[in-house]
Amino acid sequence: MNKRKIVPIGPYHPLQEEPEFFRLVVEGEKVVDVEIEIGYNHRGIEKLSESKHWDQVTFLVERICGICSTSHPFAYVLAVEDLLGIVCPERGSYIRMIIAELERIHSHLLWLGLAGHFIGYNTVWMWAWRAREPILDLFELITGNRNSYAMMKVGGARRDIKEEDYPVIKKTLKELYKELNLFKKAVEDDPIIHKRTKGVGILTKKDAISFGVVGPTARASGVDIDVRRDDSYACYDKIDWDVVVLDEGDVYAKVVARIMEMYESCSIIEKSLAKIPQGEIAIEVRDIPEGEGIGRVEAPRGECFHYVRSDGTNRPVRHKVRAPSFMNVPTNLVTVPGYTISDAAITLAAVDPCYCCTERSAVFSPKGEKILNGEELIKLSQEKTQRLRNKITS
Amino acid sequence: MIKDDVKKKLEGKFKEWRVKNPRRIYLVIDKVDLREVAEVLYSHFKMRLSTVSGIDNEDNFELIYHFGYDKTGEIFSIRIFIKNKDNPKIDSLTPMFRAGEWIEREIHEMLGIDFVGNKNLEHLLLDHDWPEGNYPLRKSCILEKRPYPLEERDNE
Repeated sequence: MNKRKIVPIGPYHPLQEEPEFFRLVVEGEKVVDVEIEIGYNHRGIEKLSESKHWDQVTFLVERICGICSTSHPFAYVLAVEDLLGIVCPERGSYIRMIIAELERIHSHLLWLGLAGHFIGYNTVWMWAWRAREPILDLFELITGNRNSYAMMKVGGARRDIKEEDYPVIKKTLKELYKELNLFKKAVEDDPIIHKRTKGVGILTKKDAISFGVVGPTARASGVDIDVRRDDSYACYDKIDWDVVVLDEGDVYAKVVARIMEMYESCSIIEKSLAKIPQGEIAIEVRDIPEGEGIGRVEAPRGECFHYVRSDGTNRPVRHKVRAPSFMNVPTNLVTVPGYTISDAAITLAAVDPCYCCTERSAVFSPKGEKILNGEELIKLSQEKTQRLRNKITS
Repeated sequence: MIKDDVKKKLEGKFKEWRVKNPRRIYLVIDKVDLREVAEVLYSHFKMRLSTVSGIDNEDNFELIYHFGYDKTGEIFSIRIFIKNKDNPKIDSLTPMFRAGEWIEREIHEMLGIDFVGNKNLEHLLLDHDWPEGNYPLRKSCILEKRPYPLEERDNE
């Protein structure tokens, strides 16, 4: 008798922007295998990029992702600057860095909220997104946009940060520390969060290296990499900050890594505001000569990699884009099997894969008839939390 | 910086060695040496495959394997030319590490290069209905309209 069942998760989810499809093979409660299918959001950006001129591509790649919308143009302009052999003026570099770090904070808060929602902590969800709101307001103040800030340009930053805005940024960060302390304490002290996340979805260091994972996913598995430090760009080498590395590799380690990273980001911004010099924010670039260049940026989810090649015309001949989730999502092949299906939601979400599936999932019997709908998978996860909570409090 | 060690270890394997700037090193190797060179970089020097860029040139295909060494931030870009454009083939790196699985699938569907040894070369990003032999990242491919009809869906 075949007891195996297939649980399809995905592909569309109204919350986030990158549809993916997971097919979980389950035996009773336990997940034994998982298949990943992506491509629902493939827009042919690399091909499109070959038909735009160098300046337009900056705006094009900004549209790749709505959450880390500054990482792609940042990596792209670094790649073109590498091709040209120029360095952005110092003030421009600091501005780029401030924007990138603000983005990391808002991206991690968004993830933290979703993670809370998946394990049934809807309060965490609301609080995290409330804390994220002032950051988006900051973006509006600095750049004019709450998202897709258009602050990058080959040769420097597109806009300056006004000096009268410094105190507003500092004040917002000060408020944010209070919120972060709250989250940190909740994660450290809550026994139910520990039960739901500790020892769940473990990615071993060996697997992490084999899959070539990047970003917080790698750092939570003991792989000490961070492009900001290793291949220092902008002004990260002029400021004192730490790379957060943890060894456990489970969901809990990934939560802690991201929360600690937000503290680091806040401190980087504060130190940048103290150090930012006066002067030019960009140098003018007219022609792009023949050549090739590589740009790397530590996006909120990990290393974002851009390769460009020019033949001397006003368009790139080839523009290769590799987003961090491309390396991180395949790890679900090893982290999800072996645990129960109620842990799948949080494990799949733990790599922060621009996660977009769970709400539209459905459980099918081998005959194909529908048994469960999408919300019920999250409900399964939330019920487990409730059971644990009852057990602990009784 | 480990580029001198790498150069010494790979002596004789590369046909061209170019240091563009201290952290960006480009080398050209023969197609047959790929696995050997990748083995040295991955196992001996503990590098990480960042990604592979596939390029369609006029008279050949070009693959650039970007290996990153994270302790110093150096990137070694291994360049390989595949001259046979009608039946392009190259060894897969998936028996060595899993980081190559998806990128090889992507290059397979986008440029039509066959990775010998990769067990799963199904479509990754393109639709499963995408016509056989139509490779969107080849320069000869100009898409004026969708190459296959969208199936009729009822608006319920």
